[in-house]
Amino acid sequence: MAMDSGKHYVLGIFEDEDVLIQAVKSVRGAGVKIHEVFSPFPVHGLDEALGYKRSRLPIAAFMFGALGTTLALTMQFWMLGVDWPMIIGGKNFTPLPTFIPVTFELTVLLSALGMVGVFMIVSNLKPYATPKIFDKRSTDDKHVMAIDLAQNKMDKGKIDEILKSSGASEVNQKEFE
Amino acid sequence: MIEEKFDFSAPIKKKILQMGIAGVVLLIIGIILANFGGHGHAHEAHEAAHEGGHHAFHWIQRLWVDLWINNVFFMGIAIIGVFFFAIQYVAQAGWSAGILRIPLALGNWLPIAAILMLLVFGLANFTSEWHLFHWMDKSLYDIDGPNYDAIIAGKAAYLNTPFFMVRMITYFVIWVGFFFLLKKKALAEDIQGGNSFWYKKVRLSAIFIILFAITSSTSAWDWILSIDTHWFSTIFGWYIFASWFVTGLATITLIVIFLKKNGYLSIVNSNHLHDLGKFVFAFSIFWTYTWFSQFMLIYYSNIPEEGIYFVERMRSDPYMLVFFGNLIINFFLPFLLLMTRDAKRHTQFLQIVCVLVIFGHWIDFYLMITPGTLKENGTLGLIELGTALVYASAFLVVVFNGLSKIPLIAKNHPMLEESKHHHI
Repeated sequence: MAMDSGKHYVLGIFEDEDVLIQAVKSVRGAGVKIHEVFSPFPVHGLDEALGYKRSRLPIAAFMFGALGTTLALTMQFWMLGVDWPMIIGGKNFTPLPTFIPVTFELTVLLSALGMVGVFMIVSNLKPYATPKIFDKRSTDDKHVMAIDLAQNKMDKGKIDEILKSSGASEVNQKEFE
Repeated sequence: MIEEKFDFSAPIKKKILQMGIAGVVLLIIGIILANFGGHGHAHEAHEAAHEGGHHAFHWIQRLWVDLWINNVFFMGIAIIGVFFFAIQYVAQAGWSAGILRIPLALGNWLPIAAILMLLVFGLANFTSEWHLFHWMDKSLYDIDGPNYDAIIAGKAAYLNTPFFMVRMITYFVIWVGFFFLLKKKALAEDIQGGNSFWYKKVRLSAIFIILFAITSSTSAWDWILSIDTHWFSTIFGWYIFASWFVTGLATITLIVIFLKKNGYLSIVNSNHLHDLGKFVFAFSIFWTYTWFSQFMLIYYSNIPEEGIYFVERMRSDPYMLVFFGNLIINFFLPFLLLMTRDAKRHTQFLQIVCVLVIFGHWIDFYLMITPGTLKENGTLGLIELGTALVYASAFLVVVFNGLSKIPLIAKNHPMLEESKHHHI
């Protein structure tokens, strides 16, 4: 049966993080693609078990930082060197050392804001975005493993069985509009 | 419990010895060249200096200055070893429990550094009319004499030889004392176990850090800042500490890598290296921060008596390249090379950056001490390279010898298990 991506999910609910990690391994081992796992606290080793690649956020941070450096230096050289040259403290018009503090601050500011912005967009936390809430108990005491049916060719009954046998305390279904 | 002991074997000894011999040979060649150097240019400069009535510097003075640079530099690495050890206890750090014997072993150099320091200080200042420290010239204090210097005479209450010696001995008594105390407790813990030694070390470390906060600043004023007697900088103590700290961290990292490559330190994995790499990266930036804070204020306020320090270094032939090279090696290279996670976890890469950082900070100390003592006659040549190599090999012999006498991994450190499973 053909399904739209991101609409029909099977949820495996887990009580214990050790069971969860084993379950992630066995579910992936059985050839099921996991959409996402939600847990009330960071679970050590979960990223590795899910096979996630390392975040590329540091690259974004570097890019935004470099942009900040460039902007700050261009701004100051243009203001004090081209647009309105002024002699301050007996220095020449564009004294590089006095530009460093502003450059440093703008580098840090753009790097930080850029990182926050990129993170929000990537994690679907941008304004007016409606995040998918699979099971509210994942903010309390349950680990929730979400499997997108559209991403898996296996039928639902088989996936339920795999989840049950790997230690899920409940297996639910979740539909989104 | 992990039983590991470092074997200071003959091949390692031979390599260090070869380095020492190379240093001695370079030093001798350097001295011969300085005496009979056929370099027409140097000779002319020498003549010119005589005609001008200036006192040209003898190679012995150059040697004293180099010895002093190396004294301060290697003493700094040694005390940073003890300081790093103390910090790990005060911060109750678990990740480093498996590598703590290496910073501790660096402290073995301290007693030798103390003797060398007193020896070089005495020999350099009392064997001739020339002084390593300008303020030791007695004619500066003679109010009727032609050399009377009101500013230096005003500092006589602090800058006088007896008090200077007392301070120097006090620093070493404190530092060596705490090194032995911490080492004693660490070794007692190996035998008896239990948590009580850990708590004792935390208390000792806390006291040591407070004392080191004061003595690291005052020793920096005494040994380096007072060379440029007229000049002053309030951030100087921090600046020297930053330079020492990053050098010490790079040395610890290099020794850890060296031991790991030789099959020791089974407890260490790329996560520990990553943390050490982060330390080197972060404190390279911290050094730059203190360096720039000092430079920026002096540059901006533009007061002649402060600015002269940087004019001597930035605008003069022998030092200009070194000045900018210092900034490139100690800031731009570690900053760009160690930025990524992979770089910090890559042994070979980390090793190269650590060597660069150690060399860079030697250059930093050279730049602090030479212009004030040798004026515009300072050079970077074979004498400098030779003395540095001799010191480095002596330092390594003492440190490795000390390391081979104690278990390489603390047997009963309460956080050893945490260190073993360290994962970032």
